Amino acid sequence: MSGPIADQPALQRIIEDLRHLPGALLPILHAVQERFGFIDDAAVPVIAEALNLSRAEVHGVITFYHDFRRAPAGSHVLKLCRAEACQSMGCEALADALRRRHGIAFGETSADGRLTLEAVYCLGNCALAPAAMLDGKTHGRLDGARVAALLKSVGAVA
Amino acid sequence: MSSRVFIPGDSAALSVGAEEVEAALRRIAEERRLAVEIVRNGSRGLFWLEPMIEVETTAGRIAYGPVGSADVASLFDAGFLSGAPHELCQGPTEDIPYLKNQERLTFARCGFTDPLFLADYEAHGGFGGLKRAIAMTGAEIVEEVVQSGLRGRGGAGFPTGIKWKTVLGEPAGVKYVVCNADEGDSGTYADRMLMEGDPFLLIEGMTIAGLAVGAAEGYVYIRSEYPHAYRQMARAVEVAREAGWLGPDVAGCGRAFEIHLRLGAGAYICGEETSLLESLEGKRGVIRYKPPLPAIKGLFGKPTIINNVISLASVPIILERGAAFYRDYGMGRSRGTLPFQLAGNVKRAGLVEKAFGLSLRQLIEDFGGGTASGRPLRAVQVGGPLGAYFPATLLDLPLDYEAFATEKGMLGHGGVVVFDERVDLARQARFAMEFCAVESCGKCTPCRIGSTRGVEVIDRIAAGKDPVANIALLEDLCTLMTDASLCALGGLTPLPVMSALKHFPEDFDRPQAQAAE
Repeated sequence: MSGPIADQPALQRIIEDLRHLPGALLPILHAVQERFGFIDDAAVPVIAEALNLSRAEVHGVITFYHDFRRAPAGSHVLKLCRAEACQSMGCEALADALRRRHGIAFGETSADGRLTLEAVYCLGNCALAPAAMLDGKTHGRLDGARVAALLKSVGAVA
Repeated sequence: MSSRVFIPGDSAALSVGAEEVEAALRRIAEERRLAVEIVRNGSRGLFWLEPMIEVETTAGRIAYGPVGSADVASLFDAGFLSGAPHELCQGPTEDIPYLKNQERLTFARCGFTDPLFLADYEAHGGFGGLKRAIAMTGAEIVEEVVQSGLRGRGGAGFPTGIKWKTVLGEPAGVKYVVCNADEGDSGTYADRMLMEGDPFLLIEGMTIAGLAVGAAEGYVYIRSEYPHAYRQMARAVEVAREAGWLGPDVAGCGRAFEIHLRLGAGAYICGEETSLLESLEGKRGVIRYKPPLPAIKGLFGKPTIINNVISLASVPIILERGAAFYRDYGMGRSRGTLPFQLAGNVKRAGLVEKAFGLSLRQLIEDFGGGTASGRPLRAVQVGGPLGAYFPATLLDLPLDYEAFATEKGMLGHGGVVVFDERVDLARQARFAMEFCAVESCGKCTPCRIGSTRGVEVIDRIAAGKDPVANIALLEDLCTLMTDASLCALGGLTPLPVMSALKHFPEDFDRPQAQAAE
């Protein structure tokens, strides 16, 4: 899955479907990441040429935004909110526990490739803090036990 | 006869198991052969009661919450379908003091109606503002908004009508309406709630803006952390288009207005209007110099109205009821209502829409019920990560743009985050600088470099290294960032830092620090 994707018809289809949009680059990058799980460097010249941009411009956009990845994530992604409202309800203790339990820092993937841990700054669930997003779904009123149960339920931990 | 039950489809309710409650309810209703119609409404904003389900009875809606899937069987046993008592019963929803004591103008329908059911929206006053606007000239619409006193709800508080007037005054041609739904401030969720719970209201507000200034296209820029709000808005736009409320001939008035959605990509800075416009154009979210103002040269170089979700969603009621109706709420130069968002360590966290002028204490104690932990309150941060930290002694401050500015704080987008006595304000000040360093777009030096230097200086203070000189240095750095940054990120990061230093100096001068000397 991590090989060069530049030749794949799927990439071409995404570009053809979206290139007509005003400001098409972000929608295309989102769609590429959605389809492939990350944005392969090999896709950059293909997208650049289609949009009549330089490779540097496309690279610049990919690296500016926190969402875009240039390498695949683990099978499951946990984004723990570490902004103020969640801080006030103890998210930092959750963060420490997660780091210790899985032996990884934020931004890293566990050795078995099952879990990527990321920080996020606000999920808009501040009334039900602490909050986190697991594989795109938001969870609130978290504590250590609930996070562990969630990770287990999706198979992010053995 | 089937009973009607409301289970919120709001992402906060979903985050604490609303989906599981719905599944349990359907399963048990089927087992017991009871006819139940389930409506997925928005949230009423009483988040401590979520998932809060409501049952329609002859005496109005009766609320139960917080309901877990394990509670459903006992609710049926108690006879909740006819509004019977149960330990989770909160009584008639409209009589819950938290809701009853609010002044819901913008959020009147949120949580009450089915968000994607157009007939429901119209039956409860929806499109009343647009219908009136269609019969008015652009200048008349703009004047109504100016007269209402509405100020930008995104945080800056700039008069909305003045922005519109500038765009109206530009020569006819391609113009845009852009809705800033990049609600990145911690402690805020009003935009999300509204897009999920009453999306047609935003569509109506944007359409009125388009008619007012002669713009035929609008964009909603929604942050990627809100995938559910994005999906909900996308469906709502589709429904509105099919019914003719959007498209080449809006409600048969002969004028066009179309709405497109765009997803952000996880950059806090894109909540800054010019950075958002760059991002919409498919570029890095680097801020632009002003002037030219977006009202003159905005999206793709064309005159653009760019407003926050709540600003635009406040417009329909202003048009429907008139400027004076809206202006009569509030105090001083802060007119109308603001949906305050209580968050963090507070017992009853939720959305409180009130006229400007109530005090922080009323909000936190009367509505919020004090801290969730039961420990004494020590600090309140108002206005997101760029807002000031206030001590308990300042709780009588009225919630008003000018009153907050006087105390060197800001109301921002109305987020109020409560901290108990365990908070370390030096750590919070460090976080503010660190956040600025991570999220800076990098265009101007005070923000890009100053934030990193700020983290280092606070680390030295915390380590007890020459605290007096380093505190002076931190103050100097904050002054520079305030005065010389290009936008609000670098310019306001000093607010949380300086307020922490001013109101909580003891946190910056610790005994173990001296011992380390």
